[in-house]
Amino acid sequence: MRVNRRTTATVATAAVLGLTLAACGGGGTSGDGGGEGGGNEVEVFTWWAAGSEKAGLDALVGVFDEQHPDIEFVNGAVAGGAGSAAKDLLQTRLQAQDPPDTFQAHAGAELQDYIDAAQIEDVSDLYDEFGLADAFPADLVDRLSSEDGAIYSIPSNIHRANVVWANPTVLEENDIDPEAQYEDLDAWIADLEKLDEAGVTPISVGTTWTQVHLLETVLLADLGPEAYSGLWDGSTDWEGAEVTAALEDFETIMGLTNDDRDGLDWPEATQMVIDGSAAFNVMGDWAVAAFEEQDKVLGTDFTAAPVPGTDGTFDFLADSFTLPVGAPNPDGSKAWLETVGSLEGQVAFNKAKGSIPARTDADPAEFSEYQQTAIESFANDTIVSSLAHGAAAPVATLTAISDATSKFTTGAADLAGYQSELAAAAQG
Amino acid sequence: MLKKLRRVGPPLLLLAPSLILVGVFVYGLIAANFSTSFTDSHTAAQATRQKPTAFVWFTNYLDLLASEDFQHSLMNLLLYTVVFLVGTMVMGFLWAWMLEKPVKGEGLFRSVYLFPMAVSFVASGVVWRWLLNSNQDEQASGLNRLFQIVGLDVLQNNWWNNITFGIVAIAIPAIWQLSGYVMALFLAGFRGIPDELREAARMDGASEWKLYRHVLFPQLSPVALSALIIIGHMSLKAFDLIMSISKPANYQTKVPAVDMFVFKSSFDYANAAAVGSILLIIVALVIVPYLIRTNREEKR
Repeated sequence: MRVNRRTTATVATAAVLGLTLAACGGGGTSGDGGGEGGGNEVEVFTWWAAGSEKAGLDALVGVFDEQHPDIEFVNGAVAGGAGSAAKDLLQTRLQAQDPPDTFQAHAGAELQDYIDAAQIEDVSDLYDEFGLADAFPADLVDRLSSEDGAIYSIPSNIHRANVVWANPTVLEENDIDPEAQYEDLDAWIADLEKLDEAGVTPISVGTTWTQVHLLETVLLADLGPEAYSGLWDGSTDWEGAEVTAALEDFETIMGLTNDDRDGLDWPEATQMVIDGSAAFNVMGDWAVAAFEEQDKVLGTDFTAAPVPGTDGTFDFLADSFTLPVGAPNPDGSKAWLETVGSLEGQVAFNKAKGSIPARTDADPAEFSEYQQTAIESFANDTIVSSLAHGAAAPVATLTAISDATSKFTTGAADLAGYQSELAAAAQG
Repeated sequence: MLKKLRRVGPPLLLLAPSLILVGVFVYGLIAANFSTSFTDSHTAAQATRQKPTAFVWFTNYLDLLASEDFQHSLMNLLLYTVVFLVGTMVMGFLWAWMLEKPVKGEGLFRSVYLFPMAVSFVASGVVWRWLLNSNQDEQASGLNRLFQIVGLDVLQNNWWNNITFGIVAIAIPAIWQLSGYVMALFLAGFRGIPDELREAARMDGASEWKLYRHVLFPQLSPVALSALIIIGHMSLKAFDLIMSISKPANYQTKVPAVDMFVFKSSFDYANAAAVGSILLIIVALVIVPYLIRTNREEKR
């Protein structure tokens, strides 16, 4: 009996010790897991895990291997939820002070949270070292700079948000000229209403973020680039009559969209235009990949134009790479950032992804027909920052605007309530 | 003293690992959650201690409970829970009642009813998102299309896109998945009632209704209570099904768990923690009386 009891005690002690050790060991190894990037590896954290984005990343890695053969690229891509799964994981890793060597983030105000949290480094001196300040348009460099004038990331590519895609066949069937150049939103809305009467879905839209995307282009069209930019620095009054008029237009246009919008993401909404079940769709220029994958030809099967009233303005968003504080291999991070900013890197990446280089010295002839028009606009147009894609406002503001927009488009808030909620959201 | 240690020591040592783990990872983290919810940590900078945080005690809770949006989430949760509970209990009981009498192919029916439970909420959510498509008339698909085909056009509706009752549409797949489970519970309850009791009641001249009312139902009530508690707490924690049918930003289908996710994603840890605590308290209100009751019964 005594032996038995003693054995029990020993076993129990061993079990406690074992579990305690296991718990400590677990913590230790997970800490090392991301930290092994030292030496000659660089872990690049992105949400480019599939499709044209994956192709772009592969092309960029090809250039990186050529420029820095001594450093090994480690792919830290996380798939799922259009980047939300990656952002969640990144948030956890940064909080645990286990950052990757560099991570993808939308350029602009979305970085503000990381800056405030002292999680990313100022890379202004890398701009001088790599000669990027002259290679990027001055307008863009202004928009990338934070309030204190420092720059915290290097853009790899530029997308345009204010593009309207149309199906010319549907338009012709309903006696609307597919070539028409709309002066302003009113002219466009008139045609949308004509389509509505004919029983066609005039304009397709998807879930909340695509509605915010539409809202931003409507605001841009009605307010003009200067007043639109003023919304984000406080110089334009959210409660003003001009914003009210723009929101009225937004309400009208939302009334002409498909009913099942809240269940769709952008590919499904754009697909409605490809299939001819909707006439127009407002989406960023990554949508061109959806058309091209299905062998649709620009000009005959689909058309692309700036959203009516925003001609001459380039509503930009950019993916960019950062230098996290405490990166295990900062030299590797800098090497990656050098490739990202280099002409070869930007050309290779953007040819595969379908976006355009942030650099102005790339040869447009190397790119596709749509990309060439985008490169030309980017060089000549006024550049403004996109709201829905993190360039114009920090995450908390965007979340509050999204919540207010969802409330409004489902009918739970009226226009006045919506406007005051937007004003409150912009104030933070 | 030594004797006492010898007696208590080994069992305590054996329990220690789980006590420590549960203490740290359940109760410790609950305490951490409450302490976060009492601060004003609403930004990323505060989460990394770049900016100071202050204790604001119940301010977050009061602000949340006063906000119309959070009240809407709570209302949605209540609606969802009521419909989900009533739906699964009624369907589960009906199926169990039908299968309780020896029928041919009982095993087959039992499996068919129980099978949806084997599907994950995320997988069934993807299918139900299509079935519950809110397009009507020409563009209709899913259930709305089915209604058209069978000539019940009036039944078409916008399902989960209704602002007030949208959440009820999401309870439909939840009922579909969990009714079989409730059926299994009730079936076990029915089988646990000895035949002698029924025979005795019949001998005493009880009608079929009286037999159920006075003999069978009282015997089933512990099963019904367990089913209520299990389904009830699942319903309060509803998140995955809602996320895969709707989207986190959609106002019409917001519940507290979704709010918690949205707050967390925008670095508002204090409010996320406060929502988590409110959910914990609501679930505790359901679970704790049940635990006390079972404890008392076991002691008897």
